[in-house]
Amino acid sequence: MTVMSPEPVTKHPAINPRRRVYRPNSKYIPILATLALLVAMYLGGVGNYRNFDQPSVVVNLFRDNAVLLVVAVGMTFVIITGGIDLSVGAVISLTTTLTATLLQGGWPPLLVLPLVLLIGALLGAGMGAVIHYFKVEPFIATLAGLFLARGLALFINQESIPIRDKIWTTLSDMRIPLGEHTRTTPTAITALTVVLIAAAVLAWTRFGRNVYAIGGSADSALLMGLPVARTRIAVYTVSGFCAALGGVLFTINSTSGHALQGTGTELDAIASCVIGGVLLTGGAGYVVGSLLGVLVYGMIGTIINFQGDLNSAWTRIVVGVLLFGFIVLQRLVTRRTR
Amino acid sequence: MTILKNRLFWPAAILLALLIVNVFTSNQFITLQDGHLFGTLIDILRGSAPLILVALGMTLVISTGGIDLSVGSVMAISGAVACLLIKDLGNQNAVGSVLLIMAIAIAVSAVLGLWNGALVAIVGVQPIIATLILMVAGRGLAQLVTDGQIINVQSGPYATIATGFFLTLPVAFLIAMAAVALITVLTRRTALGLLLESVGGSPSASRLAGIRAKRITVMVYVVCGAFAGLAGLIYSANIKSADSIYAGNLIELDAILAVVIGGTALIGGRFSILGTVLGAILIQTLQVTVVSIGVPSKATLLFKAVVVVVLCLSQSATFREKVFGRFKVRASARTEVPA
Repeated sequence: MTVMSPEPVTKHPAINPRRRVYRPNSKYIPILATLALLVAMYLGGVGNYRNFDQPSVVVNLFRDNAVLLVVAVGMTFVIITGGIDLSVGAVISLTTTLTATLLQGGWPPLLVLPLVLLIGALLGAGMGAVIHYFKVEPFIATLAGLFLARGLALFINQESIPIRDKIWTTLSDMRIPLGEHTRTTPTAITALTVVLIAAAVLAWTRFGRNVYAIGGSADSALLMGLPVARTRIAVYTVSGFCAALGGVLFTINSTSGHALQGTGTELDAIASCVIGGVLLTGGAGYVVGSLLGVLVYGMIGTIINFQGDLNSAWTRIVVGVLLFGFIVLQRLVTRRTR
Repeated sequence: MTILKNRLFWPAAILLALLIVNVFTSNQFITLQDGHLFGTLIDILRGSAPLILVALGMTLVISTGGIDLSVGSVMAISGAVACLLIKDLGNQNAVGSVLLIMAIAIAVSAVLGLWNGALVAIVGVQPIIATLILMVAGRGLAQLVTDGQIINVQSGPYATIATGFFLTLPVAFLIAMAAVALITVLTRRTALGLLLESVGGSPSASRLAGIRAKRITVMVYVVCGAFAGLAGLIYSANIKSADSIYAGNLIELDAILAVVIGGTALIGGRFSILGTVLGAILIQTLQVTVVSIGVPSKATLLFKAVVVVVLCLSQSATFREKVFGRFKVRASARTEVPA
């Protein structure tokens, strides 16, 4: 190590040394914007509705959106590499159907769980391999995956299948106390754990750096000697695994499986990532951003629930309007920094 | 070998194979009956009209590097508006009024397209997200228009656009072909196609070259919306009612698929109208074939997946090279190019 020079050389000397306004690193601006708007929504809810300030409102966000959260984490990896995964909703439906069917058929639950997770991961790996080796566009390869997974799910069973397994029902009924009047579920804990692991992997591991490098420029990454093939297949595997895990969480939450479950989840997950500042062109974004994106989605739903007098048509419209307002606001906030 | 190299060869070959299957499985493949053509082939052409229209608009949007997820919702709104207005007519069989109502429904759809285009071009939202908003909210709007009910109409002229025949051919297919002809002339006989591809290739470069990139972007979304609206009219005329939940459900994926089968790259910058039409007819044929050979309808998606995989792989030059290239003598050393 050389001795550090006492005066660090700054690239851009301050034009006005008296000006000391705090400026966050520009790469965090989208996340901070999302966070600020999330807080604003929450405060708006607290101001307008009774009992909105209960801690359970926030805690339940994680339980109600556990599936979307896990899926969005996998999607974050894929989008950062510049890809997209449309198959996640179908993988959820395949997982719920398969889990419910196998459990109904008397398979041991401790075999079913790893099996369905493995199938999700393998499906993802397959799509990743097709995308990388045969240069099929991710949109199309995963669209084929969508048709395949949902086709399989419908083929296995079109009905809603109840789950009577002991482990599943126990997990479904289990509540973990967090404080007075505040309890959460194992699914929420699992989802949060997945978020933390994923955030750590993306921030601090070599794999995480490779993911960003491919998203920045796959050609440069290859020339730098990074394992592009392995990384690209791995992110789709992660996404497939996360989708399958989301499906499992769904079967635990609802103790049933249904082939039409998870329709449209892929778009919710993509929207969550984008709201959280993950660029669809790749190379930028954080798991925490996607977490915030999912929370915004959940908060929209919570506010609509608290409002209470909206029929299903209005619910869709309000979600659309809020999504619009949110995206435009974020767009305005982030544009100013360029 | 040159015909094998054409990117439409494989889709066309698969379409032909499916049609041959249909010749053997269907009772009547094509016959003349009651003064018009009749049979499975005509059913396929008639049924593919909405998808052709939607995919046509989608082709233009994709050629500028965008994507429109809201087409299904626009279809639902258009059908809902038309059926609501027709139901209030004193005489539902008045041709003039029905035509006016259809024009209104298409205009509404075009306005929805304008909304998408403005979000993409002026606000600068990523197309997939910008159109996601209308995809989510649009079905709610359609439900509001129909008040959550299914509106039935008994209008002869309206039904004609879906089930009628003209010059022995189904009217729906003729409408779709007219749209295809219009777009083909506009894009290939004028500079418009070049401008579209230029905007898709690089919006900023084309703006610097003096092309009004934003205006063109807005325009393609308007056209896409209008075509989706027209498709929605045909769909709702076919079932003589407005169904805000199922009209155009998941059609955006089929349309994107049709576009890609037709050889248009999703990143924009080039497009093939003929390819899209071929792709749309192929998808419709596949759906008809699966049912006609007696496969339970729940396996349709599985079939679709298989065909998508086969098509994608056969269109992938890399796949052909890696799998079939082994049988040929390598002319030159291949360099590894990252995707």
